[in-house]
Amino acid sequence: MATLFDKLWDLHRVGDAGDGEDLIAIDRLLLHERTGGVALKSLAANGHPVLDPARVFSIMDHIVSFRHGRGRNEARSPGGEAFILETREMAQKAGIHLIDTDSPAQGIVHVVAPELGIALPGLTLVCPDSHTCSLGALGALAWGIGSSDAEHAMATGTLRAAKPRQMHIRVSGNLAPGVSAKDLALYIIARFGADGGKRCAIEYSGDAIRDLSIEGRLTLCNMAVEFAAFTALVAPDAKTLDYIRGRVFAPSAAQEEAALAHWEELCTDPGAVFDEVLEVDAGKVQPQVSWGTSPEDTTALREAIPADASTRALSYMGLKPGQSVYGLPIGGAFIGSCTNGRLSDLKAAAEILKGRRIAPGVRAVCVPGSQAVSREAEALGIDRIFIEAGFEWGAPGCAMCFYAGGETFPPGTRVMSSTNRNFEGRQGPGVRTHLASPAVVAASAVAGMICAPSDILVAGGVA
Amino acid sequence: MPTPFRHHRGVAAPLPVDNVDTDQIIPSREMKTVSRDGLGEGLFAGWRYTVPGGREPVGDFVLNRPEQAGTSILVSGTNFGCGSSREHAVWALMDYGVRAVIAKSFGEIFHGNCLRNGILPVALPEGEVDRLLKLDGGAEIAIDLEAQTVTAAALPGWTGRFEIGAYAKRLLLEGLDPIGLTLLQAPAIRAYQQADAARRPWVYTAG
Repeated sequence: MATLFDKLWDLHRVGDAGDGEDLIAIDRLLLHERTGGVALKSLAANGHPVLDPARVFSIMDHIVSFRHGRGRNEARSPGGEAFILETREMAQKAGIHLIDTDSPAQGIVHVVAPELGIALPGLTLVCPDSHTCSLGALGALAWGIGSSDAEHAMATGTLRAAKPRQMHIRVSGNLAPGVSAKDLALYIIARFGADGGKRCAIEYSGDAIRDLSIEGRLTLCNMAVEFAAFTALVAPDAKTLDYIRGRVFAPSAAQEEAALAHWEELCTDPGAVFDEVLEVDAGKVQPQVSWGTSPEDTTALREAIPADASTRALSYMGLKPGQSVYGLPIGGAFIGSCTNGRLSDLKAAAEILKGRRIAPGVRAVCVPGSQAVSREAEALGIDRIFIEAGFEWGAPGCAMCFYAGGETFPPGTRVMSSTNRNFEGRQGPGVRTHLASPAVVAASAVAGMICAPSDILVAGGVA
Repeated sequence: MPTPFRHHRGVAAPLPVDNVDTDQIIPSREMKTVSRDGLGEGLFAGWRYTVPGGREPVGDFVLNRPEQAGTSILVSGTNFGCGSSREHAVWALMDYGVRAVIAKSFGEIFHGNCLRNGILPVALPEGEVDRLLKLDGGAEIAIDLEAQTVTAAALPGWTGRFEIGAYAKRLLLEGLDPIGLTLLQAPAIRAYQQADAARRPWVYTAG
């Protein structure tokens, strides 16, 4: 009796690496321009060739400008161009796949990898980016690493790793209408703490997980790193297989039968034992919003901030214990990122924005997670809905999820954001980030204050 | 190749905060060069300097206090180094002169990045870390990796004992190059890939 994680680990175990570590085969390595250039340069300087360039993908997302109509080398931060140029040059020299700033496939690495079928069930994928755990949504074993480990994976096709402990999170019941995967992710982190994942490999299962779309599962698994998990997984099912079919790097027609037979085995056997088990009732999850400077500092929208809240976090956020953030005026809104920059996220926000305007004094920005998301949204007229509501419509990339220099919201601005981190200064010096779902962010942008989508929909719009 | 770590004695700085994330250790705006070097100036930039991008010190930030001159050990709370995988956080610590971090727990990727660069991450039980956090500014702490112990001049008779994986310990003690070590197993890797390509051909035909 084995867990899905046991099966994936065993399948990729090349052998004993000594000292309690295993040597694990890496099927796909993803790079981005923030660390890709550094890693490739250092690898070359040490005389190590890339073992299998066809299985390494470099994608421009972190520092690229999100200005609509940006230039090929245009960065969003001063000096950022060097990262784009260096990564492009080194990727071309190494002969790895390069999805460049002007490619129709460009976007955030964790949005692009599923879109292109680079991420598939049963694969091991690593990337020097902590949100690589997103890809576990497809039943892949995917985790974030540092730059040195990226070099190791490129040079050897493997990583040395000690097998992590395992956690099962069973999410029973159903999410209420208007409650999203993002709300579930924030709820779990708030309830069990930002250290609650205990460096485990987590498998999510249960009715609520079965009912989530693939995009919802990507959002849920994306936040596993904010829960101190090694990674997260959802066993592949019919939805997963439907999602993969026909993607650029998916198995060819000739290989498909064998692949399907293999993927069917990727599940946890009944009776398999986990080190930790958490039970979550999806029916109890309400729309969430963070109030502090760690994703664990989160409550349901109308709930009060705990009396024992960290004074440091409250002081940064300009809040008092016992107060609720519901109704607080905001100055900014951002929809996008590897957490919530997919088509379903934009659709959820557009439902609220349609025929409405954002409140005066709010700067609102939407940056689709990839060129493909952007094209699909534009084909559906979603871009018009955002623009007519007063949002800026940006060019794909990580954009305002993190500040890297350049322009952002002014210090002290309260920003509703569909991203994953509310750390001090994450979106800019002094910027006060409140994490929420795209629907809650859109509703708050319309109201000019933190509120629920139901407030806007019931009120029939805000003048 | 990382600098080996055996024993270290140095000035410890208390950071009594949980969830110190790598955005705090080095903000993205301070990662200005396509390089591992020279990042120490950006260490804790958001807390250390009065204005973003400036270099005027915030007087009461721990690393700016006179008694903390030459700090080489940090002491902090749970989940230290959580967040972004940026190895720049470790490169910045190293460049500043930090050789060890003592905390209640660590972010997983940060922990691995420390080992790869010769910084010792020491996880001690909460109560023990709290004792160290209460020491006066500029207190000296000594760490013996071989014996897996922590001692402090101001806590006579006290010895903290920590666990560390055998591989992590060897990596630090010997300053090993993991790539070189793994390439010794190249024949096993080739054999694995050949067998695996027969079993999962689609993995090897991307592009």
